[in-house]
Amino acid sequence: MRYLHIANARVINPQTQTDEITDIFVADGRIATLGRRPDAGEIEHTIDATGQWLMPGLIDLGGHLPEPGYSQKGSIASETEAAARGGFTHICSLPDTKPVADTSAVVKLILEKASKAGFSRVLPLGAMTQDLAGEQLASMYTLSEAGAVAMSNARRPVKNSYVLRRLMEYAATYDIPLFLNANDLSLSDGGCMHEGPVATRMGLPGIPETAETIALAQILLLVEQTGVRAHISQITCRRSVSMLQQALENGLRVTADTPLANLLYTHEAVTGYDSLYNVQPPLRSERDREALVQAVARGELAISSNHSPHEIAAKKAPFSDAEPGMSQYDAFLPQAMTLVARDELTIEQLVRALSLTPANVLGLSQSLTEGADFNAVLYDPRDEYTLTASEIASGGHNHPLLNRTVSGKVAQVFLEGCRIS
Amino acid sequence: MTDPNTVQLTEDGRLKHFLTTEGLSRELLTEILDTADSFISTQERAVKTVPLLRGKTVVNLFFENSTRTRSTFELAAKRLSADILNLDIARSATSKGETLMDTLWNLEAMYSDMFVVRHSDSGAAHFIAEQVTPNVAIINAGDGRHAHPTQAMLDMLTIRRHKGDIEGKIVAIVGDILHSRVARSQIHALRTLGAAEVRVIGPGTLLPSDIESMGAVPYYDMRAGLADCDVVIMLRLQKERMQNALLPSEGEFFKLYGLTKEKLAFAKPDAIVMHPGPINRGVEIESAVADGNQSVILNQVSYGIAVRMAVMAMAMSGQQTPVNSEEPA
Amino acid sequence: MNLPDIEQITQDLAEQLTELMTERQLDNPLLVGIRTGGVWVAERLNDTLKCTDDVASLDISFYRDDFTRHGLHPKVQGSELPDSIEDRHIILIDDVIMSGRTIRAAMNELFDYGRPASITLVCLLDIGRRELPIQPDLCGATLALNDGQLVKLTGPRPLVLTLA
Repeated sequence: MRYLHIANARVINPQTQTDEITDIFVADGRIATLGRRPDAGEIEHTIDATGQWLMPGLIDLGGHLPEPGYSQKGSIASETEAAARGGFTHICSLPDTKPVADTSAVVKLILEKASKAGFSRVLPLGAMTQDLAGEQLASMYTLSEAGAVAMSNARRPVKNSYVLRRLMEYAATYDIPLFLNANDLSLSDGGCMHEGPVATRMGLPGIPETAETIALAQILLLVEQTGVRAHISQITCRRSVSMLQQALENGLRVTADTPLANLLYTHEAVTGYDSLYNVQPPLRSERDREALVQAVARGELAISSNHSPHEIAAKKAPFSDAEPGMSQYDAFLPQAMTLVARDELTIEQLVRALSLTPANVLGLSQSLTEGADFNAVLYDPRDEYTLTASEIASGGHNHPLLNRTVSGKVAQVFLEGCRIS
Repeated sequence: MTDPNTVQLTEDGRLKHFLTTEGLSRELLTEILDTADSFISTQERAVKTVPLLRGKTVVNLFFENSTRTRSTFELAAKRLSADILNLDIARSATSKGETLMDTLWNLEAMYSDMFVVRHSDSGAAHFIAEQVTPNVAIINAGDGRHAHPTQAMLDMLTIRRHKGDIEGKIVAIVGDILHSRVARSQIHALRTLGAAEVRVIGPGTLLPSDIESMGAVPYYDMRAGLADCDVVIMLRLQKERMQNALLPSEGEFFKLYGLTKEKLAFAKPDAIVMHPGPINRGVEIESAVADGNQSVILNQVSYGIAVRMAVMAMAMSGQQTPVNSEEPA
Repeated sequence: MNLPDIEQITQDLAEQLTELMTERQLDNPLLVGIRTGGVWVAERLNDTLKCTDDVASLDISFYRDDFTRHGLHPKVQGSELPDSIEDRHIILIDDVIMSGRTIRAAMNELFDYGRPASITLVCLLDIGRRELPIQPDLCGATLALNDGQLVKLTGPRPLVLTLA
């Protein structure tokens, strides 16, 4: 047996409530021993991880990959490389590619390309409806067989409650999980930022809170009726958090996530019309942000990336004309760590939201325990560097930290024992 | 994230673009009004032109149609002796898929010194000044719902010339505030110039719910809203509002908010009536009031040229001289 | 250096101007001062001359030739002239003449108002350094300054000259 020895790292594993400096020995892609030397075998390689933190690999519940179809924004190779640099071992790709991921051919293509690139593993989300048009069921079973882990409509509207109900019933039949976005288009259409005093002052069309909460109410009631396995993607409102709490208290099994950007920024970031902060769903008020942070702290929400790479021309336009989305994968973990640095979350709460909770949503196991696959991130909190354009692996440079100093760096990322970054 | 005034002001606080009234100091707003006053006197002479911008090229870039505003800017540029080019954007390159950026860079390459821009996107003028052509003076002729600063300044000048200092006055703005860039610019200017109270009057569907955060007090009722007002500004009601579930009919709007002699009597007896134009007689305002002796609507039009000459001269000055130097004798 | 006595010079200038006006038959002249110093001098001269019309003032901010270099003067006050200057004899008055550019701008502006019958130029001080072929018809005193020196007139009453 030949071992990889990671020495002296601060090992943080939410599942076992571990936070201690200890040693790990890895062989055959799995954790052989934790905190003790293996009985037999030799050490092939030792990593001195003094001062570094080892945590389970991050899992993203929703990022936009621009392949197939949007080569000017990047490729599966570039985005999975960026994701790995950000600390992700697994990412769920949203189905809004071109063509849309509503055929097994597209799902297989994505899996092949990701495998070939050799960075983060991609778990494709298949389309819930044909062409994401929100009217006809997509072949969910076939997509699931081809490797899609769940179905999503990528924030595009589902025609009405009737169609949504049927989608849920169908998915429930085969125990296919649905990733649902709470977005009432009749209220949000035309809006490009949170409806509130900032939007009023800036004259920008707003998206009211009710666009999310009304749609969420519809979703929760139908989930209850149909019994489908449901995950709510990208919630942004304080009120949504309380609605979810209520649903959980009533015994409904739903999970939810919020994009990292909504934990770090508010609608105030739009002052000055910087199109970088044009995102969907929008950045909301400080009250909303705080409620989301507290929900993450309580373990009620996972954190996702909503990564959306764009070419320069897509963002270099007046605010409401720019394409929405922020590039997030590069330096993702250091960005997330600012919540710990600001004492808004403990490190355990953050790591839980980034890896354990998403793993549970997907039915995966992501834990640093003996016998588990070694999917992990080695993070150096002391490293400080400037995120220049050449340091960004993603095809999208629409990154909030572009040319800024970043505190903390992902040193190494392992997927099933192999180094992917 | 940039403060709009780091874009539109030089290091020493002078205009180099004119994008919004928001955040400008009282001194600067007053300077604009004073400079406009001097231009009013030049407009009253036989030769209305001054040679200030001779040799400069001004381009009117109107992405949204507007004959009146465009013509006043054209006249203002000509009276400053500038060369003016009118670009009919709807029928030119951008409809062929050229990006806004490329259209502007092409124009800059033709040695343009100033763009007067009207665009349907809020923040468009800001975007152009900050990211596309920072060395060309940008005058915002209206961007989406955000700002129409030259209109607001000519309204301030009208108030000053007919009612004296804006300090201490009660001003009411009536109509579709939600969609109005004029109203937003007026509110900022009035507050900075010391108005005692700025009121906005209209139905709930046309008043933004956070309008108080801008310093304006909302009213749904004309009698209460106009009480003690020194200035009544009526906004134009666009026909589309009746289609988007915002208003039932022009008739009901006129009944509740249309400025008639009866409603005008709720304001102070010497209150002035203003309207940015064009007026919809019988919808926002009745003819008897529009043509009556409290109306200064036509004066607004004549001040419009002087105000535009003032901001164009000031912005061009700021562009040429980023830091002001002592002048010789 | 000895600065001239402004009070005395102004007095002398008023007398000389009265003589000149008679000599050239300038009836009903219009005194036009260039802001701000020229207006003060014009007012003082008018104490003696007692013209029918008030002293008019000319703000040349919009006619200067140095817009590209120095931008717009922040304190533009505007000109105040009678409704018509057609066929009037104008006495154009400034406090100091140096390069001559201010006078050039003033004349351009006057001609945008109308066509005067004549313009007579009166300056309180001539400090030389001309860059244009413009000379005053009457001048209170000449002064030769060293490199970098400037004069400053404060007023309106009293008129005081200082070196800067």
